[in-house]
Amino acid sequence: MSNRVRLIGWCTFLVMLSLIPLFITSGRWIDFLEMTMFVAVLGQGWNILGGYGGQYSFGNALFFGTGAYIQALLQFKFGLSPWFSLWFALAGTALVGAMVGYLSFRYGLRGSYFALITLAFAEAFHVLSRSLTAITEGGHGVQLTLNQNPDQAISTFQFNFAGDFLKAYGFYYTIFSIMLIAFCAVWLMERSRFGAQLVAVRENEDAAEALGINTFRVKMGAICFSASITAMAGVYYTQKFLFIEPGIAYGPAKSVEALFAPIVGGLGTVIGPLLGSFFIHGVGEITKEMIGHVLGNRPGVDLILFGVILVLVLAFLPRGLAGLVEDLWKRIFRGRNA
Amino acid sequence: MTIDFLGISLQSYSWQTVLGSSISGVFLGSIYALVALGLTLIYGVLHIINFAHGSLLMLAMYAVFFLWNILGLDPYLSMLIVVPGGYLFGYTLQRTIIGKASHGKDEITLLVMLGVSIVMENTALFFFTATDRSVRVPYDLDGFDLGVTYVVYPEIAALLGSLLITLVLWFFMSYTDTGKAIRAVSKERQGARLVGINVEHIFAVSFGIGTACVAAAAALLVPTYAVHPQIGYLFVLIAFTVVVLGGMGSFVGALAGGLIIGVTEQLGRLYLGESLGLITISVIFIIVLLFRPTGLFGSKSS
Repeated sequence: MSNRVRLIGWCTFLVMLSLIPLFITSGRWIDFLEMTMFVAVLGQGWNILGGYGGQYSFGNALFFGTGAYIQALLQFKFGLSPWFSLWFALAGTALVGAMVGYLSFRYGLRGSYFALITLAFAEAFHVLSRSLTAITEGGHGVQLTLNQNPDQAISTFQFNFAGDFLKAYGFYYTIFSIMLIAFCAVWLMERSRFGAQLVAVRENEDAAEALGINTFRVKMGAICFSASITAMAGVYYTQKFLFIEPGIAYGPAKSVEALFAPIVGGLGTVIGPLLGSFFIHGVGEITKEMIGHVLGNRPGVDLILFGVILVLVLAFLPRGLAGLVEDLWKRIFRGRNA
Repeated sequence: MTIDFLGISLQSYSWQTVLGSSISGVFLGSIYALVALGLTLIYGVLHIINFAHGSLLMLAMYAVFFLWNILGLDPYLSMLIVVPGGYLFGYTLQRTIIGKASHGKDEITLLVMLGVSIVMENTALFFFTATDRSVRVPYDLDGFDLGVTYVVYPEIAALLGSLLITLVLWFFMSYTDTGKAIRAVSKERQGARLVGINVEHIFAVSFGIGTACVAAAAALLVPTYAVHPQIGYLFVLIAFTVVVLGGMGSFVGALAGGLIIGVTEQLGRLYLGESLGLITISVIFIIVLLFRPTGLFGSKSS
């Protein structure tokens, strides 16, 4: 697929996505797209370190939860504006990323060991957020109460400065913009010197080191970047649901969701996390619908399918859906020429 | 004496209380060791952390529960069924799914195991629902009064069971041909292949034995723990800690690590409270990973 075709495809797709609220007003569809884009951002955060850098984190909930908690607590305790506290959330989470990265990379943890230490940190923060009730409100979680007065609107993103349309679809466009920022940032990273060095670390860390790349610094950059992107998803979550608690923030579900999307969509590709998220959520919704008619509403069905998809993709599509699309395109294109 | 900090109160306890907590920690630790034994064996050979270990434990616990519930089989007797069953299940799982899907790459194996565990956990959730199910045996509250604490027979059975399984595994690895082949594969895959060992078969055998261990652990756990689909997650994080602390691949290490973690957890709960006490496990985990990733009994080369 030539670069120009790819770019045109991308832009068409994004324009379509941005215009959807004009045509589809069904709340269910908007929710579906919002969640899909949310998971795409979460996945893109994982993709930076896991897909491009080859460092598989099993505890990205650490970054999601930290971002979400900082965002919630700054508003809850100090009444900061959400637009203001989000910068602290990003910076604070990047700092947590730097701490975890410094410790694990300084001591040379790779592969299984890196996966384990990220899991351990996520679990440590899980326990802390549950126990340090003086700071985090403990297991009850932080509930942000909506303030109706727009001048004192401390607890939600307010879109009153915009027209009625933006007020209604504010969150759709918030997550759309977050996704756009995250994806552009990764697209730029892929083309940068830093991106090339990161891929070199993934392919062969010792060789990269031998070529004069400071692999420690590259990995540190990647984990901080990954942490801030994931924190953006956390900030969004807090603002959307106005509630966060230890299980949601630091539980294993978010860590797993974060790695699902890029693996299914295509590791180390810009579009991978979005493709994967669309595919998984689409399949999830359809099965829930179908099974719901037959067996009633029982939990677990969509997740069983997610697990099966993950294993199948790993077995048969090592480059994910993005790789499949690329191959199909090539086959059709060649077929036409021959 | 009491110190208050951020809502946590630290206070000192009498030696009887501390000793009582430590003893119950030893029994708790033997349960952790049991779960960790299978994990450390699989790690020693495949050099992969088995993320599906907790789910395998959970499935085995359900098997024991239903054998008791439907056939009225005593949990300890059901070991005769679930241990061979676990071996077959593990062998088949590795041979047909995990080995095939991972293309021989370690990182992919990690993810395949995660996928498999998600499938197992949610299948259990779907069919068995999230309800707690517990096995009642007539002797589950009988036991000894040690003065400082009370110990029930199922706890003693778990402690003896973990010692016995460690011993059996150690003998098996040291003196049988299969055990020697497993050790050969874990030391040098290519070399083992060259001398005619069927490496894929040995991988699956180790996975089978690891699963059989976890099935035995399940039978010993069921009298004291209720079964639900997420029970595996509770144990697997601790089992990872135990394995890393003891040294990946070391059986004695798993036993020692289990006991250390059990005692630390109980003391942590005593001093820091039920909730924050669990932080001791994560802290040990992180410290060991950073400063001594080979663990207490691990070989230096790995």
